[in-house]
Amino acid sequence: MEVSYFPGCSLHGMAAEYDESLQAVCETLDITLRELADWNCCGASSAHFLDDELAVRLSARNLTIADREGRELLIPCAACFQRLKHADKELRKDAARWVGQPYRGKTAIYHVNEFFDRPEHLDAIRRKVVRPLRGLAGVAYYGCLSQRPAKVTDSQAPENPTSMDRLMRAVGMEVRPWSYKTDCCGASLPLTRPDVVRRLSGKLFEAAEEAGAECLVTDCPMCQSNLDTQQADIKAEQGKQYNLPVFYITELMALAFGHGRVDRWWKRHFVSPTALLQSKGLWGNDHA
Amino acid sequence: MPDESTISEKAPISPEATFLAEVQQRSGETVSRCYQCRKCTNGCPLVFAMDVMPNQVMRMIQMGMRDELLRSTTIWLCASCQTCTARCPNDIDIAHVMDALRQMSREAGVAAEQKIVRFHEAVLDSIRRYGRMFELGMVGHYKLATLDLFGGAKIGIEMVKKGKLKFLPGGIRAKREVREMFERDQGE
Ligand code: SF4
Ligand code: SF4
Repeated sequence: MEVSYFPGCSLHGMAAEYDESLQAVCETLDITLRELADWNCCGASSAHFLDDELAVRLSARNLTIADREGRELLIPCAACFQRLKHADKELRKDAARWVGQPYRGKTAIYHVNEFFDRPEHLDAIRRKVVRPLRGLAGVAYYGCLSQRPAKVTDSQAPENPTSMDRLMRAVGMEVRPWSYKTDCCGASLPLTRPDVVRRLSGKLFEAAEEAGAECLVTDCPMCQSNLDTQQADIKAEQGKQYNLPVFYITELMALAFGHGRVDRWWKRHFVSPTALLQSKGLWGNDHA
Repeated sequence: MPDESTISEKAPISPEATFLAEVQQRSGETVSRCYQCRKCTNGCPLVFAMDVMPNQVMRMIQMGMRDELLRSTTIWLCASCQTCTARCPNDIDIAHVMDALRQMSREAGVAAEQKIVRFHEAVLDSIRRYGRMFELGMVGHYKLATLDLFGGAKIGIEMVKKGKLKFLPGGIRAKREVREMFERDQGE
């Protein structure tokens, strides 16, 4: 199966481990990712903060490329996903205004959780697991933008999504219930108002521990970065020591598939997951 | 949540009859439908840091309190998490109204959270130049613009060590096409 792929800027920079683990997972599942030709940045939150029209135009160019390629479009970054879904709705209403050319609008746009949660992929995932992640307890953290608002994302359950819960179970994890699945982590504020991000992410860590989770699992690069990088500063500010690795769901899928080079990704985490994985017998000498 | 009376204790209010119409026109949202149920405020994760609650924002638009609203920190602290938009019983896209207010605030030169404005300007500058966001260049530009050279530096250095920030901007082939989107916008 061939899929058009919009990595977005984060996966080419900060979140390279998300990109690499997604590629590894797709290879195992016989899914060929075709990177969208000469894609441009969707503008993330910055474009719509400062200039609505620019925000639509930036995303619209990518959509016209995908429209020509005619395949399903996979967008791993939740922010890019939401911006392109928003522009897709605008183009369907009035393509002439935005791109001055017809827009077929037949492209189905997916973010990672919903893409892999489709029955055919979920079956394939279960079949490919060689090292079930038994005993690893985590919470599924979806964040905001892959879900809200549903009229843009077409999410079926924006207040209580379950797609990533199913993926975590499919690779053998223990999924802990909690009510913070879609609470905000502070989004684009870490450089400008880190105090706000620490307060919001601190609340998430507290709730995750209360739920008995040993790690958080996400499919959003902004969430992963906000949660992974703030734990040391939370200790300095609030005196609370958290040590909760924050995984991309694709890293855990690749680990369960027995992928050989997962250690490269663990090195890029601020909160190292190796001790936790070792304690579960999921990481050791045979992996090195 | 602060007492509602704090609004009227600030500078004298000179309501503007055209403000509601202007915000509705820019955002495409029918703010006049808001009946103050406060569902937006109750679900908003940022209220602890805001000076005006989201439901008050709607009321202030209806009442024409342009100056107070455009100078508020709320419109910049709103993280665009979309919780309010998803839950408003009157189908008002509140997060999008916040976008319109941010833009009006910046145009009027009265934005309260200058650091946040500079940050987003740095991101857009990177996109205008290269067609993509280059994190290190963008962070550098932002730090210079705000002269905040040390805030967040520790995490920044760790990110460089972990290979998380990119050094060399390459950019896309269709740079001109992207640049034209910016120019077209300024022309309008
Ligand atoms: S949820 Fe909607 S109707 Fe209720 S106060 Fe907020 S904007 Fe007004
Ligand atoms: S979008 Fe803004 S105002 Fe609405 S709930 Fe989120 S942070 Fe609050």
